Amino acid sequence: MSGFSRRLWAMMTKEAHQLRRDRMTFAMMFVMPIVQLVLFGFAINTDPKGLPAAILAYEHSTLSRSIISAIGNTGYFAFVQEPQSEAEADALLQRGDVQFVVTIPGNLTRNVMRGDVPGILIEADATDPATTGPALSAVNAAVSQTLARELTGVLNRHQAGTQAVEVRLHRRYNPEGITRFNVVPGLLGIILTMTMVMMTALAVTREYERGTMENLLAMPVKPLEVMAGKIAPYVIIGAMQVFVVLVAAKLLFGVPFVGSPAVFGVAVVIFLTVNLAIGFTFSTIARNQLQAVQMSFFFLMPAILLSGFAFPFRGMPGWAQVLGETMPATHFIRIIRGVMLKGASFPQVANEIAVLLFMLVIVVAVAISRYRVTLD
Amino acid sequence: MTVLAIDVHGLVKRYGQRTVVDHVDLQIGTGRICGFLGPNGSGKTTTLRMICGLLTPDEGNGTCLGEDIIAGRDAIKRQAGYMTQRFGLYEDLTIRENLDFVARVYGLADVNRQVSDALARLGLESRQNQLTGSLSGGWKQRLALAACVMHQPKILLLDEPTAGVDPKARRSFWDEIHALAAEGITVLVSTHYMDEAERCHEIAYIAYGKLMARGTAEEIIAHSGLKAMVVTGAGADRLAPLLRDAPGITAAAAFGTALHVCSPDADAIRAAVARVLKAQAGLRAEDAEPTLEDVFIHLMGQATDNAVAA
Repeated sequence: MSGFSRRLWAMMTKEAHQLRRDRMTFAMMFVMPIVQLVLFGFAINTDPKGLPAAILAYEHSTLSRSIISAIGNTGYFAFVQEPQSEAEADALLQRGDVQFVVTIPGNLTRNVMRGDVPGILIEADATDPATTGPALSAVNAAVSQTLARELTGVLNRHQAGTQAVEVRLHRRYNPEGITRFNVVPGLLGIILTMTMVMMTALAVTREYERGTMENLLAMPVKPLEVMAGKIAPYVIIGAMQVFVVLVAAKLLFGVPFVGSPAVFGVAVVIFLTVNLAIGFTFSTIARNQLQAVQMSFFFLMPAILLSGFAFPFRGMPGWAQVLGETMPATHFIRIIRGVMLKGASFPQVANEIAVLLFMLVIVVAVAISRYRVTLD
Repeated sequence: MTVLAIDVHGLVKRYGQRTVVDHVDLQIGTGRICGFLGPNGSGKTTTLRMICGLLTPDEGNGTCLGEDIIAGRDAIKRQAGYMTQRFGLYEDLTIRENLDFVARVYGLADVNRQVSDALARLGLESRQNQLTGSLSGGWKQRLALAACVMHQPKILLLDEPTAGVDPKARRSFWDEIHALAAEGITVLVSTHYMDEAERCHEIAYIAYGKLMARGTAEEIIAHSGLKAMVVTGAGADRLAPLLRDAPGITAAAAFGTALHVCSPDADAIRAAVARVLKAQAGLRAEDAEPTLEDVFIHLMGQATDNAVAA
């Protein structure tokens, strides 16, 4: 063998031996692709069906019922709520309990018989145009087909090709259906997840790798103090990141901010802390910095794909939604879209904030129990 | 009776199948400097860590400064200074920032003044804003010592504090340790250097997890029952390999041009020396005092035999 190939062989065998010892990296390289393939292959669906909808009916008649069932039969709408007033319906939409509100006007049948063209109003929460788009484009055709079948005899005052009922679509919160308005707040959640988890994921492993951990443990500093002390500076860095993203969102993309900055601030601080605590937990598990970074990536992937950031949350199968619910980014993105685009007030996002707080408590408890005060 | 700063009994630590520390008893009186010696991997660091609450012993118990080494862990940490074998301060902080951090962790009053005093004692005032990573090995050790005495601990546990440090720096390091002991601080210091062992009030020798000898340097030498002879003359040192495997000989080593032979068996030495004298003309042999190093090599051999027998 020549000198080159001998030395090359020496390097290669050395690297292979080191890799073989790093079980975690090895496992990640094989497990991660399989898990992700299965997870995302089955979970992601860009044509979400069965979206929750509310029906606000001022007339209960054969005609109204057949229109409702026509809308339902598109498969995109699942009528789960029956509010009694416009205000109630509005609140459902703003809280995000429903994606659509379908309003059947009073005197529907009489107006149709008189030859007027009454309007059926479909209001959509269009913060995510990708979720509502397919549903709204399917609804018109479905309604007119049904009417053509139903309106026979005396009811058929209309000429072929004209509509007896007009379906009016109202894209709330994002009337022009600008995808960016939805993407930018979501991106905020993803950017923060990525940077914050990674920052603290190295926090404890770095102490071990640099040999400073033993010295730290020999001093009278408590686990909670170590954790809080390592997290706090990054909350400030995270807050600065948020500010930069918001200014850029406004200047570059004209993303609106209609809600309360105070609610926004509360959500941001809690979300930052949750992510930092998750990173800290990783760093108590990982044996070296490489493993900590790998764990952060493993955590980030589902946060991007299953949180409702990249793909419609309601398009995912039930199990994937459950998985998505366990991720802080999912709740944060809901809060942020709610506050920025829909002007949601504190009570409307209180549930999501409570979930984030609950996660914080759990993660901190795990991190503290994982943090060793001895070298055992 | 003096008050014991360290009083531990039957300490055992196992890692898997291996018993790293095997029923070690250690008593050290207040204000004493105890040298902790033993070959690499003999359990010195593990014992130190158990005493200062960094490791939980699998068996055994005891007190450090009157506090239980398991239940009183936090109290011990507040009153003890532990200097790790590997430099434990932050290389990406300046000297002053490191000391500030340590002073704050111990909750010292008037951090600024305390740190300034520590810097003045070290003579590092002019370099206080330099990154710690840029210091030489000797300075790092002195800084680490300064950091762990700032909170005025009652006991110092030093894990090979002078490894890889030049003689002058070692000398001043030890002067400092003696000054601290004079103030009433108890010191337990592990080392590989025989000259350092001789500067201790007493010595504890551990090998393969077992405590093999305790006492002053003189006591340990006297109790060892070793005999020694030294052979001098041109080329005496080159004959060392000849005797290394001779029956009953503990150690045969060249010191400069002299050959130092030792064994617990006086006859074995005489026989060995006779061989040397026969092998080469013009050499002289005379009785000598066994050194501490002889004793330790002898003890290590015994411990190996025990380990094999067990």
